Amino acid sequence: MPLLEIRNLTVSFETSTGPFMAVQGIDLSVEPGEVLAIVGESGSGKSVSMLAVMGLLPKTATVRADRMAFDGIDLLSLDPAQRRRIVGKDISMIFQEPIASLNPCFTVGFQIEEVLRFHMGMDRARRRARAIELFTLVGIPEPEQRLGSYPHQMSGGQCQRVMIAMAIACNPKLLIADEPTTALDVTIQKQILDLLMKLQAEHGMGLIMITHNMGVVAETADRVIVQYRGRKMEEADVLSLFENPKSNYTRALLAALPDNAVGDRLPTISDMMFEPAPGAA
Amino acid sequence: MSKDTKGAVVVEGRDIRRDYHVRGGLFTPARTVHAVKGVSFSVEKGKTLAIVGESGCGKSTLARIITLIDPATAGELFIDGRKIDIAAEPLTPEMRRKVQIVFQNPYGSLNPRQKIGDILCEPLVINTDVKADERRERAMSMLKKVGLGTEHYNRYPHMFSGGQRQRIAIARALMLNPSLLVLDEPVSALDLSVQAQVLNLLADLQDEFGLTYIFISHDLSVVRYIADDVLVMYFGEAVEYGSRDAVFSDPQHSYTKTLFAATPRADVESIRARLTRKNAA
Repeated sequence: MPLLEIRNLTVSFETSTGPFMAVQGIDLSVEPGEVLAIVGESGSGKSVSMLAVMGLLPKTATVRADRMAFDGIDLLSLDPAQRRRIVGKDISMIFQEPIASLNPCFTVGFQIEEVLRFHMGMDRARRRARAIELFTLVGIPEPEQRLGSYPHQMSGGQCQRVMIAMAIACNPKLLIADEPTTALDVTIQKQILDLLMKLQAEHGMGLIMITHNMGVVAETADRVIVQYRGRKMEEADVLSLFENPKSNYTRALLAALPDNAVGDRLPTISDMMFEPAPGAA
Repeated sequence: MSKDTKGAVVVEGRDIRRDYHVRGGLFTPARTVHAVKGVSFSVEKGKTLAIVGESGCGKSTLARIITLIDPATAGELFIDGRKIDIAAEPLTPEMRRKVQIVFQNPYGSLNPRQKIGDILCEPLVINTDVKADERRERAMSMLKKVGLGTEHYNRYPHMFSGGQRQRIAIARALMLNPSLLVLDEPVSALDLSVQAQVLNLLADLQDEFGLTYIFISHDLSVVRYIADDVLVMYFGEAVEYGSRDAVFSDPQHSYTKTLFAATPRADVESIRARLTRKNAA
């Protein structure tokens, strides 16, 4: 049984000019212990579909799906209280801006212990011990001292480690990482990706990696979904995607990588003949 | 572009240093931050020098010095063979016309209350005594050169996408016919396909106007594509400086090697090697 199964997910936003379809009929599934990458440019709906799974979309959004199930539980029929017990515990998410996603008013120690208190009901001493253990696990030096730090006292890379520690605090079955390294330097990006892959392998988590960076896909994914304007353009295992891309859009994306430049001009998406999206008239 | 200026050095820096003095507070003593510690370089006409490094390494400080925004604390800066020290004498409009800059964030660097036409004409108003109808004419032709249309003249920045805004920022920088363009992470906020279009545009403009670029980036794949020479900075020091091929094929400094090792690789062989490692583990 897949860990996460989504059939025909549609998300639309109410706007002054009528409904805007951000996601149009996406199917996806993640097996336990699998790394799935969702690639696309801004506006392709890659974050929106995962926010729909988490139930984090604003009220203006309408979410429809034939099926959206996590670990056999139908997410669509849950009320908010029931969903809150799953989100943050069995499914957790890491966001793009590590400094912006932490609360600046509380110490990082308080924020990580809050997760443990809410979901695990641990007492003060066990929370603290677990927080130190988690900080050690994600490679934050001097964890006892750092628990008392505020987010602004830490660097972007350190904040992202705190976010990862919070996300894996309850040993989730599925971790969704939304552009986890986009705001970071390449050397720090490498450390964070290595850390995520190590944790994923050790805990056997399912991992969904949302990114626009083909290099990150190549370094982490088992399977890849390419999205464009709310539709799925291609789904393939990582090797065949890079070796033999089926859709024109994927080919165009790969060709636009500066690594693949031939001569002194880069091919752009508009240079490529565009195929109609599957399902479009 | 006359033949005899080919190969002439457009910009040269000799042992440029910049210190920032941080004032002390009640409990913290004053201290001096050495942001740039003696960097030397020179760029010939029509060439591109890429400055690479992670956040905080001093590359943007160096960009501000080259763009004549901030004075250097020590060292000599020559533009078109003339020594310039803006700390000693005020910057003349002639010097301002020679160097222009394009900033990283196209959402922040355009005034949201100015129309595109006014944005483009403003450098001419400030630095030249060109008449209004000629300013308008020049702005119109520049819009076409950067791949936009004359119908965009009366629109506001919020009506444009990120890639289009970066084109507008490039157009504004070119309005004064500069010989040197400083590009501070011009494509890092853009999607892959839009990034390819903007890089192509920069290459075309360089050929057309014989422009010299200082291209600041942390993305090595972009640098490899666009640069002639590469300068790697680390904690304010130039740890590596040489032609692109020399730096990429045989990096000398350990930081450069770390940087290359950390860059995600998107070729099929690397993916295959990673999957083999994963299956073996």
